[in-house]
Amino acid sequence: MSSATGISKANRAYSRIGGLVAIVVTAVVFLVPFAFIFLTASKDRAEASMLQFSWPTQWAFFENLQEVFEHRDGIIITAFINSTLLTVGSIAIMVILSAMVGYVLQRRKSKWNPLINFLVLAGLIVPPAVVPTIWVMQALGIYKTLHGLIFIEVAFGMSFCILMFRAFVASIPRELDEAAIMDGAGPVRLFFRVIFPLLRSVIVTVIVVQAVTVFNDFQNPLYFLPGDDGATLQVVLYALQGQFSTQWNLMFMNILVIMVPMLIMYVFFNRQIVAGMTSGAVKG
Amino acid sequence: MTDTHTPAPTTASASSEPPPKARPPKRKSMYPMWFYAPAGVIYTALFVVPTFASFYFSLTRWTIFDSEFIGLDNFRTFFSEPYLFDSLVNTIIYAVVTSAAKVVIGLLLAVFLSSQIIARGYLRSVIFFPTLVSAVGVGVTFSVLMDPFDGLINNLLAKVGIDGPGWITDPDMALLSVAAVDIWRGVGIATLIYIAGIVAIPQEYFEAARVDGANAFRNFWHITLPLMKPATATVIILSLIGGLRSFDLIWTMTKGGPGFSSDVLASVVYKQYQAGFYGLSTAGNVVLFLLVAAIVIPLFWFLNRKQVEQ
Repeated sequence: MSSATGISKANRAYSRIGGLVAIVVTAVVFLVPFAFIFLTASKDRAEASMLQFSWPTQWAFFENLQEVFEHRDGIIITAFINSTLLTVGSIAIMVILSAMVGYVLQRRKSKWNPLINFLVLAGLIVPPAVVPTIWVMQALGIYKTLHGLIFIEVAFGMSFCILMFRAFVASIPRELDEAAIMDGAGPVRLFFRVIFPLLRSVIVTVIVVQAVTVFNDFQNPLYFLPGDDGATLQVVLYALQGQFSTQWNLMFMNILVIMVPMLIMYVFFNRQIVAGMTSGAVKG
Repeated sequence: MTDTHTPAPTTASASSEPPPKARPPKRKSMYPMWFYAPAGVIYTALFVVPTFASFYFSLTRWTIFDSEFIGLDNFRTFFSEPYLFDSLVNTIIYAVVTSAAKVVIGLLLAVFLSSQIIARGYLRSVIFFPTLVSAVGVGVTFSVLMDPFDGLINNLLAKVGIDGPGWITDPDMALLSVAAVDIWRGVGIATLIYIAGIVAIPQEYFEAARVDGANAFRNFWHITLPLMKPATATVIILSLIGGLRSFDLIWTMTKGGPGFSSDVLASVVYKQYQAGFYGLSTAGNVVLFLLVAAIVIPLFWFLNRKQVEQ
């Protein structure tokens, strides 16, 4: 009995001390950079240029926010709209098309299945060939257009979605399909009215994971949608890196502005994001 | 619905609707192949075609409008010019360092965070959140924090009497510094993959071990570690694919510099593209493709086969 309480006492000490040490270490390693972003974004220009990790003597948070939005006739606002259109558009297409593929791929055994499975895995592994993609996009007349970039994001993000949908469809009993067929449903109605609504939980996961990926994407917009008109937030932020090198307060205000949508997503969809990103989709 | 009724009234309805029912054995599936079509068109046009085209264009001198076949010259250039070839070496170093670190740190953090400590939920959230911040944002922030003179990191080191290195200005350090930031940003995913694995271990194993008098270390070594193989396979494959293709973070932090010391294949592809050497850029892409295929496919096959056997 005494040894048992000894163990639990040791456990409690471990729980407290271990937790406290971890809180301090993670605070230094993970929270300080974010605090630095926030504090620098709140300073005036002169103080921010010192790059000190310190409390602002003069809070200029809202002035900086206003200045960032007014910079170059509101390029940030344009970029926000572009990023939103890109994210929403590509995810809407991606979800519907990949759900259709994942569903048929799981339900129908045909001689094409091995080829399709191979292509899906290839989409996860193979790095896209940049210049040939531009060449194809030019031939199709969609290079340097927002809808062109939307299709790019769809093509590159589809593999992950298909694997998620295929795995989930496997858990929906076939009896449900048969009942719907008995009731007179055709293939389209069966999918969109019966199966698709049942995919809701995995759809939410796919949407949040792909929203993070597409919203944060830098490489594809850089290659396939150059120029100011269609610039997305990440590309604008990158371009500002050169222009704002003497105005760190505005630079970090920009980073903060870009982080906010992800922070909100994380607060609301914490569980789905974690589930999606750790699902180990590569296992197929 | 037509399927269920076809066998009996074939002859009767043949007059009213001849084409579909003229051939009775052909039944329309409820899972039509055309469901593949829209996705297939986009995927083929923007991914499959460019991938195959890259093999041809990597053998040409190419200006988008016309291309001239020059055989393996681009690859010869690639492997003979040190600043191009080093990018291949750097890519491998970067990918191996980041994935190894994510495996080790991720596993240790996961063991720690699934033990009985206070504030577990908070700690998990904090470690995971950097994953959601864009690489550009993280890159800009850390290039400021890692500044050799004004940067926060070296200021802190100076306070404890250490003369901090020029993290991203020293050619010997730059690549590893970027790799460290990559680890900082990505270790959260690895940790959560491992936590999911650890939570799934049946408690009976640990109870049996306790009866046998095993301590925490032996628990880890003989129970947790062997059962973490599938999770490790996932972490390694995910981070290798990510690491080999990595571009955003390197480009925002160092642009491949100083000199060419932190250039990786993806940044070389971009530089040659900007310079208008489309053939050479595409050759870089093909080299990256072959490298990824050579590393990931055998690993994929090997690790997956082991899982099937279990």
